[in-house]
Amino acid sequence: MKELVRVEHIDKSYHTAAGETHVVSDLSLSVYEGEFLSIIGPSGCGKTTVLSLIAGLIEPSGGRVLLKGTEVKGYSELVAYMLQRDHLFEWRTIEENILLGLQVRKKCTPEARKKACALLRQYGLGDFASYYPQQLSGGMRQKAALIRTLAVQPELLLLDEPFSSLDYQTRLALSEEISEIIRREKKTAVLVTHDISEAISMSDRVIVLSQRPTSVKSQLKIEFADMSASPIQKRQDEKFRSYFDFLWKELAVHVE
Amino acid sequence: MSNRITVCSAEHQAYLKKMGRDKAKVVVVRVGLLIVLIGLWELAAQMRWVDPFIMSSPSRIVNTIVSLYRSGVLLMHIGVTLWETVAGFMLGTVLGILIAIGLWWSPLTAKTLDPYLVVLNSLPKIALGPVIIIWVGAGEGAIITMALLISVIVTVISMLNGFLEVSEEKLLLMRTFGASKAQMLTMVVLPASVPTMISTLKINVGMTWVGVIVGEYLVSKAGLGYLIVYGGQVFKLDLVMASILILAAVAALMYMGVAYAEKKVSRKQRY
Repeated sequence: MKELVRVEHIDKSYHTAAGETHVVSDLSLSVYEGEFLSIIGPSGCGKTTVLSLIAGLIEPSGGRVLLKGTEVKGYSELVAYMLQRDHLFEWRTIEENILLGLQVRKKCTPEARKKACALLRQYGLGDFASYYPQQLSGGMRQKAALIRTLAVQPELLLLDEPFSSLDYQTRLALSEEISEIIRREKKTAVLVTHDISEAISMSDRVIVLSQRPTSVKSQLKIEFADMSASPIQKRQDEKFRSYFDFLWKELAVHVE
Repeated sequence: MSNRITVCSAEHQAYLKKMGRDKAKVVVVRVGLLIVLIGLWELAAQMRWVDPFIMSSPSRIVNTIVSLYRSGVLLMHIGVTLWETVAGFMLGTVLGILIAIGLWWSPLTAKTLDPYLVVLNSLPKIALGPVIIIWVGAGEGAIITMALLISVIVTVISMLNGFLEVSEEKLLLMRTFGASKAQMLTMVVLPASVPTMISTLKINVGMTWVGVIVGEYLVSKAGLGYLIVYGGQVFKLDLVMASILILAAVAALMYMGVAYAEKKVSRKQRY
């Protein structure tokens, strides 16, 4: 498999008036084309920081990130980032919202627009194109946010706990739907989550991060007999249990 | 919308009826109060319970307005004041918003200028009257400057606060798409601040009227403020009262205009 992203010995510290926080320490990882990679780690370990580094939103203090062999400097058009909350603009209709990325990148051609609207229809939001975000449920809004992310035709999707703001049922239903969308659109995706089950059921590979300053603690290849099965079906597979136990021990959560 | 009951139950009908009755009651009492007050005033003046020379009276006010209109100066005076107000309002708002955008653009400048803004905001702008007259000249320019000064600082402060309240995460979303600062301004900050802008406009209407009337007190040769001061100086209370009445009506109309614009925009924007 071809390597899409390579993170090489990255270090990252945050500076505030109160002092310096060492968040990432000598972290290296690769993301391969077409794979769905999940990153889990203890809360507050710097998962979002790792994603922001890959996206080029923040600069590493040391080391480098390579995207298709070239070093990431600032944002790249190959990457699209989906945040925890949808942040749909309440003064734009759903259709205008999903075109936001295209407009910002000045790529809102009639074709691109048509493609985006086709996505909207394909994933069940066609009837809501002229609605305003306030009129949609949380799950629908998050789906619209995903379509906004996909509309810019990225090669790499970065998902920062996209389901964490939803209630449990919606979360299951949507993770099901979104993992199907991502597989069908043949996108490479990196998902950051704190939910072990979500990570196992959605991805091809799971990376476990250590406590802060974080680095890769271990990784786990997920190999179900039927990888195209839905996340819900995978949760019933007997292997799921052993994967879960392994990751749980790796995370070594202690409530203090 | 589909679950709204289209056929009204008897209970709902009774509810609607009661609502209608309550509304009618308010209107009747409201108008009644006005009629009673005007009637009492007129009666008191006619019966010489009070001196109409000092207190004026509704009929004398109406006569004054009619004679002002007949002599052709009424519309001129209203026009002068209205023009000064609209000009001061527009200039104060536009200038204020532009300065606020500048300060949003450069946070370091905003931080540097913050204490100056606080001082300027707490200074009663009317105190600057003599300075303005000497610098700008005794005339329309001074009045418009006064109106502008009274509204511009408030506009800058409230608009800048509105801009800074726009969620960081919305801006982060824009950054994930690689947005420039200008794009963040036009696509997020400005549209998100429309409600702030409208509430600022509403405050500014009132502020501008204060500025214009005070300005006219100080320097003018025409306008409603001039009529009020002139009436007071020559002890024509009829003229003073008539001018105040017209001023109240014009100011209320202008405020209603802004409120109407707010309704229009908020419906379109769905805030």
